[in-house]
Amino acid sequence: MLGRVHSLESFGSADGPGVRYLVFLQGCAMRCRYCHNVDTWAMDGGTQMSADEVLDKAERYRGYWGEDGGITVSGGEALLQIDFVTELFQKARQRGIGTCLDTALQPFTRSEPFFGKFERLMGSCDLVLADLKHIDPAGHKGLTGHDNANILDALTYLSDIAKPVWIRHVLVPGITDDDAYLRRTAEFIGTLSNVERVEVLPYHTLGAYKWKELGIPYTLDGVEPPSPERVQNARRILGAEGAPS
Amino acid sequence: MQLREEWNGFAAGHWTSDVNVRDFIQQNYTPYDGDESFLAGPTEATDRLWGKVQELQAQERANGGVLDCETEVVSGLTAYGPGYIDPELKDLEKVVGLQTDKPLKRAFMPYGGIKMAQQAAESYGYKIDPKYDKIFNEYHKTHNQAVFDAYTPEMRDARHSHIVTGLPDTYGRGRIVGDYRRVALYGIDYLIAKKQEDLLNCGDGTMTDDVIRLREEIAEQIRSLRGIKDMAATYGFDISKPATNAHEAFQWLYFGYLAAIKTQNGAAMSVGRIATFLDIYIERDLAAGTLTESEAQELVDHMVLKFRMVKFARIPSYNELFSGDPVWATLEMAGLGQDGRHMVTKNDYRFLHTLENMGPAPEPNLTVLYSKRLPLNFRRYAAKVSINTSSVQYENDDVMRPVWGDDYSICCCVSATQTGKEMQFFGARANLAKCLLYAINGGKDEKFLDKKTGKNMQVGPELAPITSEYLDYDEVMHKFDLMMDWLSGLYVNILNLIQYMHDKYYYEAAEMALIDTDVRRTFATGIAGFSHVVDSLSAIKYAKVRCVRNEDGLVTDYVVEGDFPRYGNDDDRADDIAVWLLKTFMAKIRKHHTYRNSEPTTSILTITSNVVYGKATGALPDGREAFRPFAPGANPAYGAEKNGLLASLNSVAKLPYEYALDGISNTQTINPSALGNDLEQRKANLVNVMDGYFAAGAHHLNVNVFGVDKLKDAMEHPEKPEYANFTIRVSGYAVKFIDLTREQQLDVIARTCHDRM
Repeated sequence: MLGRVHSLESFGSADGPGVRYLVFLQGCAMRCRYCHNVDTWAMDGGTQMSADEVLDKAERYRGYWGEDGGITVSGGEALLQIDFVTELFQKARQRGIGTCLDTALQPFTRSEPFFGKFERLMGSCDLVLADLKHIDPAGHKGLTGHDNANILDALTYLSDIAKPVWIRHVLVPGITDDDAYLRRTAEFIGTLSNVERVEVLPYHTLGAYKWKELGIPYTLDGVEPPSPERVQNARRILGAEGAPS
Repeated sequence: MQLREEWNGFAAGHWTSDVNVRDFIQQNYTPYDGDESFLAGPTEATDRLWGKVQELQAQERANGGVLDCETEVVSGLTAYGPGYIDPELKDLEKVVGLQTDKPLKRAFMPYGGIKMAQQAAESYGYKIDPKYDKIFNEYHKTHNQAVFDAYTPEMRDARHSHIVTGLPDTYGRGRIVGDYRRVALYGIDYLIAKKQEDLLNCGDGTMTDDVIRLREEIAEQIRSLRGIKDMAATYGFDISKPATNAHEAFQWLYFGYLAAIKTQNGAAMSVGRIATFLDIYIERDLAAGTLTESEAQELVDHMVLKFRMVKFARIPSYNELFSGDPVWATLEMAGLGQDGRHMVTKNDYRFLHTLENMGPAPEPNLTVLYSKRLPLNFRRYAAKVSINTSSVQYENDDVMRPVWGDDYSICCCVSATQTGKEMQFFGARANLAKCLLYAINGGKDEKFLDKKTGKNMQVGPELAPITSEYLDYDEVMHKFDLMMDWLSGLYVNILNLIQYMHDKYYYEAAEMALIDTDVRRTFATGIAGFSHVVDSLSAIKYAKVRCVRNEDGLVTDYVVEGDFPRYGNDDDRADDIAVWLLKTFMAKIRKHHTYRNSEPTTSILTITSNVVYGKATGALPDGREAFRPFAPGANPAYGAEKNGLLASLNSVAKLPYEYALDGISNTQTINPSALGNDLEQRKANLVNVMDGYFAAGAHHLNVNVFGVDKLKDAMEHPEKPEYANFTIRVSGYAVKFIDLTREQQLDVIARTCHDRM
């Protein structure tokens, strides 16, 4: 089958362990206000590619991966093309390539047919990078347009099956950078047994120009990136990488 | 020769009965697999001396780039008497010797060209004693005058239009690395005796040109060796015998190098592969308890301090080509031996550690001879130093070792040469982008006008120009092939002439005295505009390129319709053209006779001259606007890379090193955040990147790790103390960013900075 690929990047160093080949899939249902890849939202764009085509390209970089590297599938929302990602990961496994899924888990549900597919996908996925947008249901809805109950459920499920997870959390002043929220997030993470790492990603404005290009109003105009002190504060509360010891 | 007293504790071998430093190293070095935790910080003496040098450098900058300039006495081995960083701190200097009697004072070196020496002084507000005008114009000639005496009109035109440019006809050719280690290992007397033997055995009495020339050269070399001894004596050292300890070994070796930089104002004055060699002396002293780690590091720091102070008086046009006052005091570390052992010693760490003890600096041009088989500890340490200082370059030992063995040095920016066995005829580069335009325009230059007619100069042969509105790939390729035939022939012959005159009027006696008499010579040509030619041909092949002509029918601009694959994206359609271009040019160069039966090589390397070459070259079919800088070296064109760093690296790695034995330079700047979130991750990822790149067969990588914001701020606020030593790697060397011209700074900023959101 073919997947809709937004873009490919040969050098990823911040999306999973080691040096990785990044596959950005097209299409996302969330409308995160800080999204820096708005051009991946549309479901029908992108380049159609087969799993083997993607892997053939990725393998040109195998020499750079060392022991930890591999491919990371991101988006858009990769789970919207779950059949394609499953095929891609299964074939990657056959080729001895490490697999990592970068997702916001928004399509997750325990209903069929999705749940069975997700179980199958997890069978060939080494690591999930879970973007937890907001701990508070109302806050989540305001930030992304969606509820977060199924997302928290997905994380619980991943903990139950002991799938290694890195939690990623974007720190936006005035939206997620609030000590109470951060403590609730930390509490929730504390209920999970599979979290290998927590990453705090400071909000940045580098993707704002894409909103203008696409004629979509950007609602975070005037919001500055968080100060280094606030980033450290969040890292401390969440027990994240780079937290002061 | 039996094992001399000075060699106590060393393992004997061929080296004891012949000049053979490589054998000495292989018999005696101690590979080190540990990490950097043994390293010592700077001593108080180092801090004081480096502090003083930084003060002097600040004064130099405030003075407009030159602190002081000799105008009375011609430089020579003993012309100026001893010099020290500061007479009051003299006793703190563990390694002594300056080019002139004062620190950072530039010597008067007229033999490359009296006019240039005068101009250089004048451009900094000094005036050379007028008597030299008469001496060097009436009584004796210099290299530059001799070259221009012999140039043909065609050569002058080609030079004027910059289709061949940067030629060493106004400056010393450089790129000869004396085996300075020989001074330490053998002492001068033995080296003189060996050269005297060579002189006796030179020729059978039949006086052909070759024999006469060589006999004279050997005699000059012997005279230089005596001069080096005298020079050392002015500092209170007798270097007739081998060095007896590490301190002497450092000092003896440095005197050898000092002789070179006192007598030659060469474009590149490399130091060579000395770290592993010197470690043997340090290990012996450490074992004997006569030296501590701190003292060992001090020796390294003080020697490096001297390499940081090398200066030459140079003309403004030279500085435009090679911006930021570089001297290419290139110095190598690591690599593997032919027997499979890695050659990393503690001293390889110590040399890198100078960048931490004394902060980043462009000189010496520290070069790691890289292989995946080097110990991981060392690779990670080098990566750390790169991330923190952006002052290190990497070259692939796995592609060079099969060609040059395990004792080669880098004789300029990236070019390998067997230490003590080889010399190089450096030959700048041919502008292949302009050559492509000549193919389209029938040999007429697109920029320079004929003084008489006021029309565009006819520089190349008057082949029929292309007259169609859209360029046809086959037609362009045919004409480009013919034009490259012409250019390669002319280029080689210009170089033959220059090298002949350089040998005659500016022979490198002091350096050649430390190289085998039976020397092998390489003839180093080069290519400028590489990626633009590749992309232009790709555009003509895969898109449509429409010509825009002026009233004389000359094509002055190009309009590209449609998309085309660009070099730098790991796309074979474009990369195959790149490989074809390199192989084709090299094959054409090889056809011609080269001076003194030297072996022709080529490089894809521009230094910062990509700006000057670009300035002289019109619009190109790849969409590059007229007179804009070229991409440097073998780098893909600005903005061409669409698939990230590794795709770009893979494209460059496809260029076969065997066809570009003079080197394939690639400069990449990576934003720290794009390399990982913390230092540990960044180190690991940078090691992975280099492992992958060099395993793919690539030759060279300059690694810069900083963001564009820092460059912009440094350009606007060069006075901030944190930028005084802010060093970046540019094509072929390292430079203090604030010493670049503004044009160069803008060019560096404009280049792709690998960054990902």
